[in-house]
Amino acid sequence: MALSGENRPYLDHSMADYNFAYLDEQTKRMIRRAILKGLAIPGYQVPFASREMPMPYGWGTGGVQVTAAALTPDDTLKVIDQGADDTTNAVSIRKFFEKTAGVATTEETGQASVIQTRHRIPEEDLREDQILVYQVPIPEPLRFLEPSEVETRKMHSLEEYGLMHVKLYEDISRHGAIATAYAYPVKVEGRYVMDPSPIPKFDNPKMEMAAIQLFGAGREQRIYAVPPHTQVVSLDFDDYPFEASKADAPCDLCGAEDSYLDEVIMDDAGTRMFVCSDTDYCTGRRKAGHIGAQGTAFEEDAA
Amino acid sequence: MTPLLKVQNIQKLYGKRIGCTDVSFDLYPGEVMGIVGESGSGKSTLLNCLAGHLAPDAGEVMFDTRAEGMKDTVTMSEPERRMLSRTDWAFVHQHARDGLRMNVSAGGNVGERLMAVGARHYGDIRDQAIDWLGRVEIQESRVDDRPTQFSGGMQQRLQIARNLVTGPRLVFMDEPTGGLDVSVQARLLDLLRGLVREMGLSAIIVTHDLAVVRLLADRLMVMKDGHVVETGLTDQVLDDPQHAYTQLLVSSVLQV
Repeated sequence: MALSGENRPYLDHSMADYNFAYLDEQTKRMIRRAILKGLAIPGYQVPFASREMPMPYGWGTGGVQVTAAALTPDDTLKVIDQGADDTTNAVSIRKFFEKTAGVATTEETGQASVIQTRHRIPEEDLREDQILVYQVPIPEPLRFLEPSEVETRKMHSLEEYGLMHVKLYEDISRHGAIATAYAYPVKVEGRYVMDPSPIPKFDNPKMEMAAIQLFGAGREQRIYAVPPHTQVVSLDFDDYPFEASKADAPCDLCGAEDSYLDEVIMDDAGTRMFVCSDTDYCTGRRKAGHIGAQGTAFEEDAA
Repeated sequence: MTPLLKVQNIQKLYGKRIGCTDVSFDLYPGEVMGIVGESGSGKSTLLNCLAGHLAPDAGEVMFDTRAEGMKDTVTMSEPERRMLSRTDWAFVHQHARDGLRMNVSAGGNVGERLMAVGARHYGDIRDQAIDWLGRVEIQESRVDDRPTQFSGGMQQRLQIARNLVTGPRLVFMDEPTGGLDVSVQARLLDLLRGLVREMGLSAIIVTHDLAVVRLLADRLMVMKDGHVVETGLTDQVLDDPQHAYTQLLVSSVLQV
């Protein structure tokens, strides 16, 4: 590798200055141990010594550390933010790993071996050879009901989850239906109640998948995991069953009826359009010739 | 008849200071026992030891469990004890704030214990919550209001409803009427007396208000400096106190 800054190493920003994937090997081992423990106890929050990352808390430091520990040089990385590959957060994390790990990156779900995500699960079914890494802001599903960490840990260990239903009860009494639309609590393998990170509840049923799911919360210093084909049940009441909801419309670009949609306000008059939040899924459909109400035939983007 | 609760030589020390020591008594089903004494006499320490909130340093608290008969709640596992405390036991705090979730609606507060023992039908939970609000004289229309919007007396009644909804057999009360004005106190006592009779509850009531025990308690235990100084039937103890401290206590009550 030719280094332009060989004589001025402080100006050299090539990956030779970084250990593979930024973190040092000891840290990655520590994180891998936490990941393995998390996989062994699905849904259990494993504490880990979260490191300072070169980005602020809340920008995915937990997910980045988990990704760094999971990556190998042969991996292909995809990063999405709210389903999109081209938002600030996704672009900067992808660039971060391009620079510090030199791994291949992709925007295609099917091509990726590791996918770091914020707030969505890709529409395309994931495979057994893939890893999905979630960025988690608040890993404790009971946090807003019980402020004490000591108490919530005890509640987890004793399986005292009545309080979780109190939250759903409050939803129904106030709104007539379970109004929780994202970060909808789930029970994993009949044991731990888990916060699935702020994914829309539309994505909850997808969590019973073939890929490994890893969750990293950097500020809160917790890692948890769901192994492949693990039972994940969304909590509900007998008379108010769980419902995976989405905007009641097809995608205006690709016409998809089965994907989660973003609502985009188009002008001051309140005109709106619905588009797939999963940009790769939408592009793939448009390439295959599907056209939505406001869409045009797909052309290779010049930009 | 086997006692519901059999307490033997309970002791709790705070360092070298005595919280309470050498307390023993039996409580039979349907019986209401009052514990009186001045501030710092160890009544709350004792109550917390009995209810499993504090671990006593010595002694046994045997409870007649539904499944396994007499069992020591001090040595039983924590999940078992916590299960007891949300099914067969109830604890009414002096300050309703300690016993309620202030940011959860009245219905949610009452329903919490039901959901904690596995109720998963919203309609049923709500019906039971409304039924219990009615029993403690809170209007059905207030079911979705938060306790912060309730008066002190209503909060206390809500706390009682929340505790009794799972049909407990033993209720611990720590100064249930403390801080309420007298007319509200009177109605609360009336309500408690009715519920205790109707449900055949056993109760242990800690208070420094002799009028409360006169109305509610069958039996009385007087504590001073962590020791029990006198026990007996309520009327007997209050009308003919034997121990010097009890005499002082009884004669200190203001006669209006």
